[in-house]
Amino acid sequence: MEFPFLSIIVLSPLVAAAIILLMPKERGENARMLALATMILGLILSLYVYVAYNQNLPPAGTRWADTLMFLEEHAWVPSIGVNYILGVDGLSATLVLLTSIVGLGGVMISWGITERPREFMAFFMLLVAGVQGVFAAVDGFLLFFFYELAVLPMYIMIVIWGWKERREYASMKLTLYLLIGSFISFIAFLVLYFQLPEYSTATAPTFDLRIWSEANFPFAIQQVWFLPLFLGFAVLAGIWPLHNWSPDGHVAAPTAVSMIHAGVLMKLGAYASMRVGIQILPEGTVYWMPFIIFLTLINVVYGSFVAMRQRDMKYLIGYSSVSHMGLVSMGFAALNAKGFLGSGIQMVSHGVMTALFFSVVGMIYDRAHTRNMDDLDGMGKPLPWLVVPFIIGGLVGMGMPGLSGFLAEFPIFLGVWQGGSLNLSGAVFGLNPANYYPIIAIISALGIIITAAYILRAVGKVFFGEYQGEKWHDMRPLFALDKVALIMFSVILIVIGVFPAVIAPIVQSGMAPVVDRITDAQHAVTFLDTVQTAATTLFSWFGGA
Amino acid sequence: MSPNITQSWVLALVPEIGLVILLAAVLLYDRLVKPEERRRVGLLTAWGAFAILVTTLGLWLATGEPNNATDIGTSLMWGGMIRFDLIALVFHVIFLVALMLTALLSLDVEHLQKGEYYALLITAAIGFSLMGASADLIMLYVALETASISSYILAGFATKDPRSSEAGMKYFIYGAFATGVMLYGMSLLYGLTGQTNLYILGSIFGGFQQIPTEVNAVVILSAVMIMVGFGFKISAVPFHFWTPDVYEGSPTPFTGYVSTASKAAGFAVFLRVFTTGVLGEPSDASMWWAMLIAITVITMTLGNFVAIFQKNFKRLLAYSSIAQAGYALIGLVTLSPDGSSATMYYLLMYIFTNIAAFGVITIVSNRIGSDELEDFSGLSRRSPYLALVMMFALLSLSGIPPTAGFFGKFFLFRSAVNAGLWWLALLGILNAFVALYYYLSAVKYMYLYRSENEDDPIPVSRGAKVGLAFSLFFIFYLGIFAGPIFEWTRTAADAFFVLAR
Repeated sequence: MEFPFLSIIVLSPLVAAAIILLMPKERGENARMLALATMILGLILSLYVYVAYNQNLPPAGTRWADTLMFLEEHAWVPSIGVNYILGVDGLSATLVLLTSIVGLGGVMISWGITERPREFMAFFMLLVAGVQGVFAAVDGFLLFFFYELAVLPMYIMIVIWGWKERREYASMKLTLYLLIGSFISFIAFLVLYFQLPEYSTATAPTFDLRIWSEANFPFAIQQVWFLPLFLGFAVLAGIWPLHNWSPDGHVAAPTAVSMIHAGVLMKLGAYASMRVGIQILPEGTVYWMPFIIFLTLINVVYGSFVAMRQRDMKYLIGYSSVSHMGLVSMGFAALNAKGFLGSGIQMVSHGVMTALFFSVVGMIYDRAHTRNMDDLDGMGKPLPWLVVPFIIGGLVGMGMPGLSGFLAEFPIFLGVWQGGSLNLSGAVFGLNPANYYPIIAIISALGIIITAAYILRAVGKVFFGEYQGEKWHDMRPLFALDKVALIMFSVILIVIGVFPAVIAPIVQSGMAPVVDRITDAQHAVTFLDTVQTAATTLFSWFGGA
Repeated sequence: MSPNITQSWVLALVPEIGLVILLAAVLLYDRLVKPEERRRVGLLTAWGAFAILVTTLGLWLATGEPNNATDIGTSLMWGGMIRFDLIALVFHVIFLVALMLTALLSLDVEHLQKGEYYALLITAAIGFSLMGASADLIMLYVALETASISSYILAGFATKDPRSSEAGMKYFIYGAFATGVMLYGMSLLYGLTGQTNLYILGSIFGGFQQIPTEVNAVVILSAVMIMVGFGFKISAVPFHFWTPDVYEGSPTPFTGYVSTASKAAGFAVFLRVFTTGVLGEPSDASMWWAMLIAITVITMTLGNFVAIFQKNFKRLLAYSSIAQAGYALIGLVTLSPDGSSATMYYLLMYIFTNIAAFGVITIVSNRIGSDELEDFSGLSRRSPYLALVMMFALLSLSGIPPTAGFFGKFFLFRSAVNAGLWWLALLGILNAFVALYYYLSAVKYMYLYRSENEDDPIPVSRGAKVGLAFSLFFIFYLGIFAGPIFEWTRTAADAFFVLAR
């Protein structure tokens, strides 16, 4: 048997959580050390997985099932086709690595936590385990299992360690939004599960996604069940109008949780909606995406506008996350290789970027006890270490060339611009996707300007200006671990930007099978056609010509 | 059926025989033991239940009986009164575990340190066990009454607490009425056929392509009446009115017992009667099936929505247990082996989960003398481990991985979708989120809110620790390694459908 890399990455935090919870109350110090050790172990292993995968990328045109590496398979509840299968493709290897990085950063940033450090670390470990599990799962049931596992610690961590004024409201809202979303997906998944056997080579019903990824459901089923399957998960990716939980959740959460939450958890939604929604139901995707792209456009533009209005730094970043995650979904909606590549890179880039943002804000808040930009001035003076990382993060957000954001956003816009090339027939009021996709690309690219506006304003407001030393009595320097985390995040953003080769090929190899599925999808009927038919029917009802 | 008593006939009754011996031992030991060592009676009960559990499972593994023989003739025993099948075994395990855990958690409650209390718990367990195995309406009724009468006394056992007396009285009056109605329904079936054995009844009604209209009216009437009795046992709406008051007033460990074992026994007979085709084929034409679905939907919805407003922990869990019965009914209404096995799995995991929850309430309220939600504030600082057990129990009730409830709900919803009732699964899931809201609110009391006496830890005796640790272990075990246990209940569930169409 091969060395179980993925199992250790996924399960070691669970074991650590159990050990930490059973430790005596006084041993907060040991809890932190154990958490840090687990995260470092996870980082080393996932780095190995990433590099190993990168060295023998599958050639283009490989089936998804054959692109998986580090496979581990064990029976779980075999009679109903539930198995413990872990494995990574190019995208998930990248996201596992991202989770390890952000998780390690999260532990470092929370080093100074004084209130119940033991429980904090235990639940944080649980959260990381759940996220890693989703990325590594190749079994549909396992994916849901870990997904639920990841959501619940969020509730507990926000409610216990969160911001006092909002935590009860925000945590409950977040939990209910996410769990309801995922379970609606789950029902859709179950419905498909019982339709599956007739259309695949498998004899017994199964949750094995390798078989699902090649299933051809009838168009009628795809049409109906794509929307619940996709949107249920897209809730976690913050898609408009179901994004409402996200800024509140970000704001109320303690720093490390905000980092994991915005940095990784939202990618979980995007990843799962792609893996389960788009990959399984490509025709449903082609049918709905020309409509969903409008939602993502609202995400991008509306998110930026709302962010512009915020005075609270965490709300600012929260809404900017909504806007940036909208770009990920928009990349999916482009329905071509460029869009998906951009989405994949955007997941990573945004993950590191928000982790960086939230850690900076957390560090300021710990010292200044306020996040209101009107009150903060000249923070660059006492905390010089924060300035450069924050500016780097900001430039990434604006998509500045030379940083990872450009590498992510440019393909997305390019992909959307070309999105109409799928030759879809919808033409309601002259609205053929080929006609309006470029316009969407233009509008959303303009959204970047707004991003630039609010980021630059925040930088100017918070870090520059006159520092009033007497106002801030609690202003202590940063911990060494804080600096390590900041440097780590900044370096990653720059390295990706300067050497795209470290990430682009592997992400592309992960996205290729999904894009192939969409390209192979036969039905070029879209939502717009249905609208047109309905409109025509209605019109003729009223006695129109 | 041969009149010779074979080995299997004895094997079939091993748990009951063991429980009767234990009952005698407990009563005797209670006379012998010194008054200050009364606690040991409870320990004897727990150990005894454990020994019977091990014996039952050991004999099963050693002899291979009960197996899943589809031949009805050989599995019916003692004059057709009981059936020795895997279903009976699953339910025996459920009841013995419940008895053991309840005894462990009752140890430290002073007013329960009496031989009579444990004797009645055991009597009830005998009744439950026979309910799980009964294959005849008469046996079923006698077993149900054995269990019920012991339960009525237990509910009123705390004689110094007027709420407990109220609970006992209320339970008795509702119970007597419900079982009376049920008995009338059974007598209608007897009047139609002259038979009381479930499997003979099943083959009679299953034999009809279409039950004649005039007979069908009587069958439906009797189905409804039987549903009243069983619905009372599992506290399904609209036969649930006793539940909150009885749960609140009864001694807390017994509340745990009645909410799990008694409910499981109710489901045992419910499944047995309604899946053997005693009342004819379920279809859109048979009105009782539609009624059952309506009861399912109303039970889970009402239970959950009323639970939101509860301020008393026991009442909250009472309404939650009504809702839980609603979920478990989902498996029943699918009337498929899949669904029945899901229900059995759910009941099994519910034992550990709910007894753990009531165990924590017992320990805490034994110390602070209250079971209001408010008084659980700051529990996580006061006794972190108790709070942890409670939190995982609540998470299991709401169905969050990696706890047992997640698989429990998954199997149920899966069977519903499989039976084409995906909208029922959807309703179940939406309900689960209503439930999540109040369970999390309870968690919030323990973890977020503060109280003055946080530095005053709550002592937990070793017996209670063992009980809670055992439950917690199985909450996780069933939530992670669900496979073998589910296969087991799945095999057992085939025995319901031996008259399979």
